[in-house]
Amino acid sequence: MEDKRQWPLYEVFVRARGGLDHKHVGSLHASDARMAIDHARDLYTRRQEGVSIWVVPSKAIVASDPTETDSLFEPARDKIYRHPTFYEIPDEVKTL
Amino acid sequence: MNAAVPQAGSEALFRYVLRLGDLSLVLGQRLSEWVGHSPALEEDLGLANIALDLIGQARLLLSYAGEIEGRGRDEDKLAFLREQGAYFNAILAEQPNGDFGQTIVRQVLIDAFQLELYERLAASSDERLAAIAAKSVKEVRYHLRYSSDWLIRLGDGTAESHARAQAALDLLWPYTVELFTEDELDRLMCDNGIAPRLHEVHSAWSARLDAILAESTLKRPADRPHAWHGKRGQHSEHLGYILAEMQYLQRTYPDARW
Amino acid sequence: MYTQALDAHTAEAALLDESALEQRFLARVDAEEKIEPKDWMPVRYRNTLIRQISQHAHSEIVGMLPEGNWITRAPTLKRKSILIAKVQDEGGHGAYLYSAAETLGVSRDQLVEQLLSGKAKYSSIFNYPTPTWADVGAIGWLVDGAAIMNQIPLCRCSYGPYARAMVRVCREESFHQRQGYDLMLHLAQGTADQKRMAQEALNRWWWPALMMFGPSDANSTHTGDSQRWKIKRFSNDELRQKFVDFTVPQAKFLDLAVPDPLLRWNEAKQQHEFGPIDWNEFDQVLKGNGPCNAERIAARRNAHAAGAWVREAASAYAAKHSGS
Repeated sequence: MEDKRQWPLYEVFVRARGGLDHKHVGSLHASDARMAIDHARDLYTRRQEGVSIWVVPSKAIVASDPTETDSLFEPARDKIYRHPTFYEIPDEVKTL
Repeated sequence: MNAAVPQAGSEALFRYVLRLGDLSLVLGQRLSEWVGHSPALEEDLGLANIALDLIGQARLLLSYAGEIEGRGRDEDKLAFLREQGAYFNAILAEQPNGDFGQTIVRQVLIDAFQLELYERLAASSDERLAAIAAKSVKEVRYHLRYSSDWLIRLGDGTAESHARAQAALDLLWPYTVELFTEDELDRLMCDNGIAPRLHEVHSAWSARLDAILAESTLKRPADRPHAWHGKRGQHSEHLGYILAEMQYLQRTYPDARW
Repeated sequence: MYTQALDAHTAEAALLDESALEQRFLARVDAEEKIEPKDWMPVRYRNTLIRQISQHAHSEIVGMLPEGNWITRAPTLKRKSILIAKVQDEGGHGAYLYSAAETLGVSRDQLVEQLLSGKAKYSSIFNYPTPTWADVGAIGWLVDGAAIMNQIPLCRCSYGPYARAMVRVCREESFHQRQGYDLMLHLAQGTADQKRMAQEALNRWWWPALMMFGPSDANSTHTGDSQRWKIKRFSNDELRQKFVDFTVPQAKFLDLAVPDPLLRWNEAKQQHEFGPIDWNEFDQVLKGNGPCNAERIAARRNAHAAGAWVREAASAYAAKHSGS
């Protein structure tokens, strides 16, 4: 019962409303990108959850390596001077 | 009530609206048979969606028909308790699903018809029909996108899918003649600004089909005369079975509410 | 994407101490951190999840059939629409779950093959027939009700994709139970024939619904690990008890009798006591000897086989036109 060719996997991103980002909602199988859009519409927006859909072949996604989480993301933690709350500005100075 | 058609003509409007409603109802019923049995899980969802839209259209149209008739028949009384000769869908809708290819061919033929018809009905002198058509047009546009995309994939897919699609097209094409055959009722509706000229709808439909069939690498069958009059309540053998199934509960428990 | 990551991982992991990795993993689970697809996880955790998620997915797909059976015979256009939407949702749930399972390095085709060959299990409940319209209501009320009980805790399970799929599923599931109960309500308050139809359906579905929660805790093989890994957050018996306590008052409101002569309220424990479950029936159904096992799998096999030429055509078309 093997298929001659499996339909590839696509990742689906939906923008719920204007002004919001596209958010990853899951994946689906389709034979091509246009079918993937139709399937995404039927699978992920039945309850009016979307105004825009992106589909991306799963194999096109490049992800950061979790074993490098420490070196990729930890150093940002102690650079608190990047955050506005680090700086004490005298109350007399407005609009800063 | 509609001012464009005089009281004496409300029977005509009633029948006309039923033609539209019954087409959606019977096609929706046919499509719903696929749920759980489609070639792919995603297609189960896609076909179910179209079925839902069609049944939604049927509900709006049958409700309106019942109001026009003025005898207290609501959408369900009309859907479930008429006898066969009182359904006015074109018989293309009642043809069996066959394989997925046959279902898709039937869908393309009717989707393109509904799209051209509803686009023009949105300008109907009958406000209610115009509103229903305006809403339905968006749905039907998606239906045609879905069905024509599939017809193209099947026509231009493998040798087997091409053969099956062509066979289905040859089988179902003759039933399209009825969609565009203008009778007295169609002329009356057109003369009153309620419905478009079927001839116009036909030209537009034909052009669309030519484009879709070309991309599908399928051959357009020759037109053949036919003797079917589903629009006048004369149906193929298939509608009887569809109604027997659909009407079972309402017929068996006549005083029940669901 | 995810399977590629898997290969990169095994080389890395081999360099580190396996048990240290497992300790770190368990600490993350204990801290309610989510495990995501590319994170290190014990092989047994991965395999347990694949088994559980795919079983769940298969159940949704097979579950489309008993209710789908009544779509063409639904008694009103509104009920027909509701039923199509519900069954469509179930298909969608199956799709979300296959999606989640695929993040663990298995393909949907492999999982479908397991279902169709009879290797994979799915929920026992869908091997029962729906001979009347009332069965549609009973399924929505009892089966979806039981499913919700199981699924809400899963929204907090340790594996990210599964938890997120379950959040989506749960949002949609409460409509399912409500429409079932609403259906039953109309029957119970209807004609004598309708009321009898409703009672007979309750008689047919009550015990199979209780069996949905699985064997009693004493006889459940997988529970220990699953609870340690926060895949399963409550025991079978706990969930079953909760279900009974929620559902009995609902049956009372319908003025329908739960088919259990030993059912009674225990004032001291503030819960219902109920009669013994026929585990022999449960075992037989799981083994494939339930009323509809063969029929359900045959239906899925036929759909899959009949659709092969369609799927091939789509792939062939895509191959011809790729890059265009």
